[in-house]
Amino acid sequence: MTVQTVSLLLSAAAILILAAVFLRVRVLAHAVEDYAPVQGRAYRIRAIAFWLMLLVGLPISIWLLRDMPYEADATEAQIVNATAAQWYWELDREDVSLNRPVEFHVASMDVNHGFGIYDAAGRLVAQTQAMPGYVNRLVHKFDAPGTYRVLCLEYCGLAHHGMMAEVIVSETGGSDG
Amino acid sequence: MAEAYTTAGAKVTAADRGRLWVTLYLAVTGIVLLLMMTLGLLMRLAQSDILTLDPALFYQMMTVHGTGMVGIAALGGMAVMWHFLSAHVRLHGWVLGVNLVLFLAGVVAILAADFLGGFGGGWTFLYPLPATSGAVWPTWAAALHLSGLLVIGVGFLIVCLEIARAIIVGYGGLGRGLGWHVLFANSTENVPPPTVVASTMVVIVTTLALTAGAAILVMSLINIAFPEIQINPLLAKNMTYFFGHVFINATIYMAVTVVYELLPRITGRPWKTNKVFLAAWTLSTTMVLVIYPHHLLMDFAMPTWMMVIGQVLSYVNSFPVLIVTGLGALAILHRSGIRWDLISTLLLISMFGWMAGVIPAVIDATITVNSVMHNTMWVPGHFHFYLLLGLLPMQFAFMIYLARGEDVTPQGGDMTAILYLLFGLGFVGMFLMGGWASVPRRWATHLPEWLIWDQIASVMAVGVIVLATVFVLKFLTRMPRILQEA
Repeated sequence: MTVQTVSLLLSAAAILILAAVFLRVRVLAHAVEDYAPVQGRAYRIRAIAFWLMLLVGLPISIWLLRDMPYEADATEAQIVNATAAQWYWELDREDVSLNRPVEFHVASMDVNHGFGIYDAAGRLVAQTQAMPGYVNRLVHKFDAPGTYRVLCLEYCGLAHHGMMAEVIVSETGGSDG
Repeated sequence: MAEAYTTAGAKVTAADRGRLWVTLYLAVTGIVLLLMMTLGLLMRLAQSDILTLDPALFYQMMTVHGTGMVGIAALGGMAVMWHFLSAHVRLHGWVLGVNLVLFLAGVVAILAADFLGGFGGGWTFLYPLPATSGAVWPTWAAALHLSGLLVIGVGFLIVCLEIARAIIVGYGGLGRGLGWHVLFANSTENVPPPTVVASTMVVIVTTLALTAGAAILVMSLINIAFPEIQINPLLAKNMTYFFGHVFINATIYMAVTVVYELLPRITGRPWKTNKVFLAAWTLSTTMVLVIYPHHLLMDFAMPTWMMVIGQVLSYVNSFPVLIVTGLGALAILHRSGIRWDLISTLLLISMFGWMAGVIPAVIDATITVNSVMHNTMWVPGHFHFYLLLGLLPMQFAFMIYLARGEDVTPQGGDMTAILYLLFGLGFVGMFLMGGWASVPRRWATHLPEWLIWDQIASVMAVGVIVLATVFVLKFLTRMPRILQEA
C-alpha cells in the first residue's frame, strides 16, 4: 500500500469517527441534562485524549522520524545533476539502473522549483525543492523499471505546468560516467 | 479555581463607534468572498478542461484568489473578534476605519497589478519570482502588488497594536490577557474571559507575523528596484512561510471568539476560563510560531532540527486549542435542550471543519508523507477544509447573528447550513483525492487522468457558492437595519 493510500485511509477514518461524534451531539442536543455531569464527562474524555496523544501519538510521531530523506544512504550511488530553469529541466543523465541508489543533485538557475519524480503509474515517489543558490541532495532507489517523469512541484511562473523531463530506469541503466 | 465566564444570557453590545466599521468589514468580506469563490470555480473549471483559460490569466486569478481569500479571512475574523472584544475592553473604532481604507487601497493596487499588469506570482510571492518572471510581467506590476500587500499588512498591524493597547490597559499586560496571573500565581483578580485570551494570543502572533511579512515585502521591493541587492532565498522562504502560516492560523483564532460568545447564549451554559483553557492558549501561542517549518520539509537545505520541530510540534499543536475548544463546544451543546437553527448549526459545523481539517494537515506534516504529498492537491485539500468548513461558518454565523439583531433564539434555516457542509465536504474531498492521486497543485492545465477530481469539485463548488451567497445576502439585505440600530 502506498504512503498516499495509507494517508487517505487514516484521514478518512479519523474524520468519520469525528463526524460520528458530532452527529451524536447534534442528534442528542434536544435532550436536557444538567451541565455539570456532561462537563465532567467531557473533562474525562479530554484527559484521556490528552494522555493518548502524549503516550501513544507523540512516540509514533517521533518514531516516524527514522525515515527522514535528508541523510539517506547513497552507497555506490548513481549521480544525476538536475538543474531547473524557467521552464525546463536539465538532467545530465537520463538512464539509471534499477535497485541502485540514485543521488540527484537538484539546483535552480533562477527561481524556486520543485523536483517531483513520478512513476509510470503517475504516482509521486520522491521530491525535493530546487532553489537558487543551493544544491539539494535527493537519494532514491528505483525498484521498478520504466519511464519516470519529473514534474515541477513549486509554482515558478507562466509555464510551471509545462516543466517535464524523463528518467528511464532499466536493469542496465546508463553509464556512471 | 479562578474562573471567568462567557455568561449565559449576557448580551454583548459592541461599542457603537465600532459597529459601523464591523458592519462594513463584514460587507466587504462577504462580497469579496463571493468574487474569490467565483475565481476559484473558474480555475477548477479550467483544470477540468471545461473552460479554456490562458495560463497567464489562470495564474493571475490564482494569485488574486489566494491573496484575496487570506485578506478577507483576516478582515472577517477581525470584525468578529473586535465586536466581541469591545464588550470587554475599550477600543477606538476609528482604527478599524483606518485599516479598512488601507485594505481597500491595497486591494485596488493588487487588482491593478495582477489583472492590468499581469502579475501572477502567487500569494506566496516567493523570492525571487516577483522580479524574475521570465518577462511575463513588468517590474512595476510586481512592485505594485507587493506594495499593495504591504499597505494591507500595515493596516492590520495598526489594528493589532490598538487591540494590544486596549488589553494592556484593561488587564494590566499581555501576560495577564493570556491569564498567566491565574495560571502561574493562582490569582482570582481580573480573570480574562475566553474572548480576551484568544484576542491576546492573536495580537501577539499576528504582530510578529506581520512584521516578518512586511520585512520580506520590503526586501523584495528593494530587490526589484535594485536587482544587484539579493536576498538569501532560503531566508526569504522562511520569512514568507512564517508570515503566511501564522497569519492564516490567526484568522481562525480571531473568528473562534464567536463560538466562545454565542454558544453560551444559545445553550444557557457558561464557557469557563480555567487553567486548562489558559494553558492551552499559552501553548498554542508558542507553538503556532515555531511549527511553520512544516511548510519547508522539502527544502533539504534547512537544518534538520527545524524539520523535526516542524513534524513533532505540528502534531502536538493540534491538541491544545483544538481539543480544548472542540470538546468544550461539544460539551456545551450536548444534551443542552436546544433546538437547532442556522446559527447554532453553523457553529457546530465550524468546530467540525476546524478539527477535521487539521487531520490531513497533521498527516502531511509527517516528513515521510510530505515527501510524496507536498505541493500536491492534498495541501489545498486540508487548508480548504478548515477554512471553508471551519473559518467561514464562524463568519457566516456572526453575519446571521447581526442580521437577526443579535437574537439567538432558534429561527430555523439549519438545512442550508447542512447543505453547505455536504457540498463543502464534496469540494474539499476532491482536493484530497487529487492529492492521493499525486495531482500537483497550482497547475493551470491538468492531465486527462486527473480531470475526474476537478470535474466533481467544480459541481460541488457551484453548490458551495450558491449557499455562501444565501448567507451573505441574509446579511447584506439587513445591513441598513443593522446600521440604523447601531
